[in-house]
Amino acid sequence: MPRTRSAVRSPGHASQFARRLLADRVTLACLAILLIIALAAIFAGHLAPADPLKTSMAKRLKPIGTPGFWLGSDELGRDVLSRLIYGGRMSLLMGTWPVVNALIVGGTLGVVAGYAGGWINMAIMRTVDVFYAFPSVLLAVAISGALGSGMKNAIVALTVVFIPPLVRIAETAATQVRGLDYVEAARASGAGAATIIRVHVLPNVLGPIVVYASGLFSVSIILASGLSFLGLGVEPPQAEWGLMLNTLRQAIYVQPWVAILPGAMIFATSICFNLASDGLRAAMELRT
Amino acid sequence: MLNYVFRRVVYAAPIAIGVTLLVFALLHIAPGDPINAVAGPDAPADVVEALRRAYGFDKPLPVQYLLFLRRILSGDLGVSVATGRPVSGELAAAFVNTLVLALGAALMGFVAGVALGAAAGWRKGSITDRLATLVSLIGVSIPHYWFGMVLVILLAVEARWLPAMGMGTGLGDLAVHAFLPALTMAVIPTGIVARTVRAAVGETLEREFVQALRAKGLRRGAIMRHVARNVSPTLIAVLGLQFGYLLGGSILIETVFAWPGAGFLLNEAIFKRDLPVLQGILLMLAMFFVLLNLAVDVIQAWLDPRMRRA
Repeated sequence: MPRTRSAVRSPGHASQFARRLLADRVTLACLAILLIIALAAIFAGHLAPADPLKTSMAKRLKPIGTPGFWLGSDELGRDVLSRLIYGGRMSLLMGTWPVVNALIVGGTLGVVAGYAGGWINMAIMRTVDVFYAFPSVLLAVAISGALGSGMKNAIVALTVVFIPPLVRIAETAATQVRGLDYVEAARASGAGAATIIRVHVLPNVLGPIVVYASGLFSVSIILASGLSFLGLGVEPPQAEWGLMLNTLRQAIYVQPWVAILPGAMIFATSICFNLASDGLRAAMELRT
Repeated sequence: MLNYVFRRVVYAAPIAIGVTLLVFALLHIAPGDPINAVAGPDAPADVVEALRRAYGFDKPLPVQYLLFLRRILSGDLGVSVATGRPVSGELAAAFVNTLVLALGAALMGFVAGVALGAAAGWRKGSITDRLATLVSLIGVSIPHYWFGMVLVILLAVEARWLPAMGMGTGLGDLAVHAFLPALTMAVIPTGIVARTVRAAVGETLEREFVQALRAKGLRRGAIMRHVARNVSPTLIAVLGLQFGYLLGGSILIETVFAWPGAGFLLNEAIFKRDLPVLQGILLMLAMFFVLLNLAVDVIQAWLDPRMRRA
């Protein structure tokens, strides 16, 4: 039975996306958790019960549940709960900022490479291939190690690590669009390159690249905290989950459950990012 | 087939050169005069000048790069600033240690991942499937350095079943010491392999030829053998990549477990600002990764002739 066109206008893409998203409880829960973590980080000053930098030699390595140190105290007597809340700032920043940067730089490079074609394409893509020759952790550690420790250098290192895959995705999408008939028609009717890119190429590139980038957030958080764990990211005495995990390592024989708390935060955040990005991807699925 | 191999090797050559360029450039993006990295902080001025001329830092950059290239092609990876010993010697031992760990982790991850993925792909939507999906999710979301710490707490601190760090002495002791770090490293490949195998097996089982096999009366084991042959190219590719990441990412686990491998050496080199060792390790690991990718592509093309046209 042939399908007839509905007499009623079917809902647009955006509201379909919203409806699918709102029906997906797992994704909503994860987005809610992420929002809570983010808000806690932003309003850390109001939420944290103690000063995250205040040390106390007498109150070192107290267990969970000690009054005044509800999640215990670290090896310098600082309140772990407060440091976890404040640490969220650094960890979330180092986890999200490189992905956003890489999205902009990588997306632009990919679109340029895909649309221009020819030797520009070859130059950009072969350079990207060289970066692909390094496993990501190694590249991040190498660049971060060469530049020196510090949050800014770590963000630069991670941005460089995430640019190659995003360039590849953008280039593939842009190349596909370039060959389509209506782009030919647009060019024939006199549209300039900038217009064609803005109107035709970008909307088709944004979908895949944003979906992929959303999956990168969880990797970025783990890598960023990993760099701090190695001593290459945030510097002491700042609070950051990876750094806390490093300094609390010696404490695993004394207060093991306090020592693993920062890592649990990284794990929880990473899982939420992963599930949320999967859910967003499912909700964005184009109807067939 | 040979044509493909030849083309692939030709393609890999400029990448290898690019890798040397990148490693060379790292020494120069480091803040401060690169000569300080090689000479050490308190070398007298005349030693600094002699080293500057010996390393060619007074020459223009392209010439420096070519000298660097010539040096490493002859196998001279320089001398460690910290220990004064040639880099290649220290690297070889450390690399072997990392390989031991990576192989152990790859084996564990492969077996667990394939088992989980195949079981899940065979019965989509079942409990096995959900379990496999959960394990995959954990595998890719968990910070493995944290997982290592948790395992150490559970098995080495609380239960005292296994040692918490180091390599031990002798072969049997080595296996005992390697178990925890290898298990820790195995989580990531388990997750990714399980996910890939599940998708590939599920997709293959839906193809028409499987229906024909079932109609012919083949039992599950025989059908899975057919499925395995179809899935293996993708699986090999994923495994190769994962092995490469295990090698490159070992630095975090080796730090947690004080395992004297290439990653541990890399960590030390970064903190002592021992840039010759840093360059040596990077070069070695990256080149290995390039060769690994080459091998994976060739094996894939051998297993699945359709890939040879690429």
